[in-house]
Amino acid sequence: MAGSRSFLSKLREGDEIARLITFLFAASVVLITILLVYELWINSVLPRHKFGLHFLITDVWDPVMDNFGALPFIYGTLVTSAVGLIIAVPLGIGASIFLAELAPPRVSDTLQFFIDLLAAVPSVIYGLLGVFIVVPLVRSVIYPALNKPFGYLPIFKGPSYGVGFLTAGIVLAIMVIPYIISVSREVLMSVPRDQREAALALGSTRWESTWKVVVPFARTGIMGSIFLALARALGETMAVTMVVGNVPKISASLFAPGYSIAAVIANEFTEATGDLYLQALIELGLVLFVLTFILNGLARLLIVVTAQKGSGRGNQ
Amino acid sequence: MNTARLRWRRFVSYFMLTMTGICAFVSVIVLFLILGYLLFNGGTSINWAFFTQLPKPVGEVGGGMANAIVGSAKLLLAASLIGVPVGFLGGIYLAEFSGPTVASVVRYAADLLNGVPSIVIGIFAYSLVVLPFKHFSTLAGAFALGLMMIPITLRSTEEFLGAVPRMLREGAMALGASKWRTIKTVIVPAAYRGILTAILLALARVAGETAPLLFTAFGNRFWSQGWTQPTASLPVVIFNYAVSPYEDWHRQAWAAGLVLLGLILIINILARTILSRGIAVPRG
Repeated sequence: MAGSRSFLSKLREGDEIARLITFLFAASVVLITILLVYELWINSVLPRHKFGLHFLITDVWDPVMDNFGALPFIYGTLVTSAVGLIIAVPLGIGASIFLAELAPPRVSDTLQFFIDLLAAVPSVIYGLLGVFIVVPLVRSVIYPALNKPFGYLPIFKGPSYGVGFLTAGIVLAIMVIPYIISVSREVLMSVPRDQREAALALGSTRWESTWKVVVPFARTGIMGSIFLALARALGETMAVTMVVGNVPKISASLFAPGYSIAAVIANEFTEATGDLYLQALIELGLVLFVLTFILNGLARLLIVVTAQKGSGRGNQ
Repeated sequence: MNTARLRWRRFVSYFMLTMTGICAFVSVIVLFLILGYLLFNGGTSINWAFFTQLPKPVGEVGGGMANAIVGSAKLLLAASLIGVPVGFLGGIYLAEFSGPTVASVVRYAADLLNGVPSIVIGIFAYSLVVLPFKHFSTLAGAFALGLMMIPITLRSTEEFLGAVPRMLREGAMALGASKWRTIKTVIVPAAYRGILTAILLALARVAGETAPLLFTAFGNRFWSQGWTQPTASLPVVIFNYAVSPYEDWHRQAWAAGLVLLGLILIINILARTILSRGIAVPRG
């Protein structure tokens, strides 16, 4: 009796209604996420039945003959992201060490503010700059500089049209550096002070204490920031579409034009004639989703682990 | 011998630390390069016609992007109407009502949604909104952008509500206010600055999104006929113009890029200033 009365009074004051309404909205987030996976799954049923797992390892993309394989796009996505990370990781980690260890707090915060703004620049703007700055730069400066001395290496062989894997990789690098810096800086700053002071007290130089003590302490978190950046790079659409060349071919040369999963979806989705063609594109979306899902999960795990390690030691 | 080694270690230290400084400098300078380049290339093309006229047919010089500007505004408005209530109310549930299990499930879903590549969000909106209505529409584009606003709004609402001190909560409760009344009149007002910032940042993020609009809002050379019809938007126009072969379109792409980036940076700076003036309530 008392219980039901208090329930009624709660109802009158809106508590139960508020709980119910807010619950519906929170639950809708979960439903939307499930629905997203479900839609990707059922809308790619045709190519999954027709090609099975061969879809992933076939390098033919022939809409006319209804023959679809994802390999050139998977290859392009992985290669452009790898090039991007090779450039972005040293720069990003270097910068985050500067921001976390060296720069005075005011300078560090100001620079971080600019880094945050960089992270907010939309990808189509990076693409615009890619088309009009990086493409000519690759064609007339980077290509001669690498092709002349290292042209015998397969990755630097062949002609350059400006667009290609390397160009896309450079643009991706510029785009993901802010993510690496922001997360790594945070992780480095969470390393307890006594770690640094112990190293300095033992006579190590500033760099030695940073590189041999602080960075290893934060290693898993930094790895997390790299995975996060990788997930961004894999899923990046516009900037890559604009500079990768859009040719579904696997080439060893970084100067050759290629394609990526996101780019082919962006370019061909509205033109896809026939259900199989459209569904093959949606299956590519599914592949992309799974890739980023795994990477984001790993990244989160690594960042959480480091944060706990830092705070755990700090409390002792 | 020993001093030589020490000198070498000192040299390495200075050298490497300088290198990290250069890394930071290079990373930050990109922002100013982008801004400078956009101003240089786009600044001269921004005029009254750019904001008030429709695009001219191919080959004719001039014209503007009035339809894309209005289209972007409509998309963002509708996206906020979808994304903000879901994120905000869902965040209230997480912070105030839910148990730990439900909260972690919702949080996980939100994080997952946040990590989905925007082009995949576009596919989702296409299959959910475009296919049933059989044509591209402003609403479908807004739905895609709204989805992308949900996770950011939800997580930060939860975070800022959680940061409101216990004392405020208990004070309101002790005065006999019901839970909902406490939330409505004490907790949310105490956290509104943080939440507002988060919503602004979410808005700035989706304002530049292109990929989810390509096959939802599509594009339009003319004024959009309504919410159920395709519409032009700034990011998509920038993309189409930048990859086109026409010199005049390139010029306009720069101008549009400058307008879009300016808008996004202003929202960002505004949001961060709101936040840095302090959350209204001290922690603790």
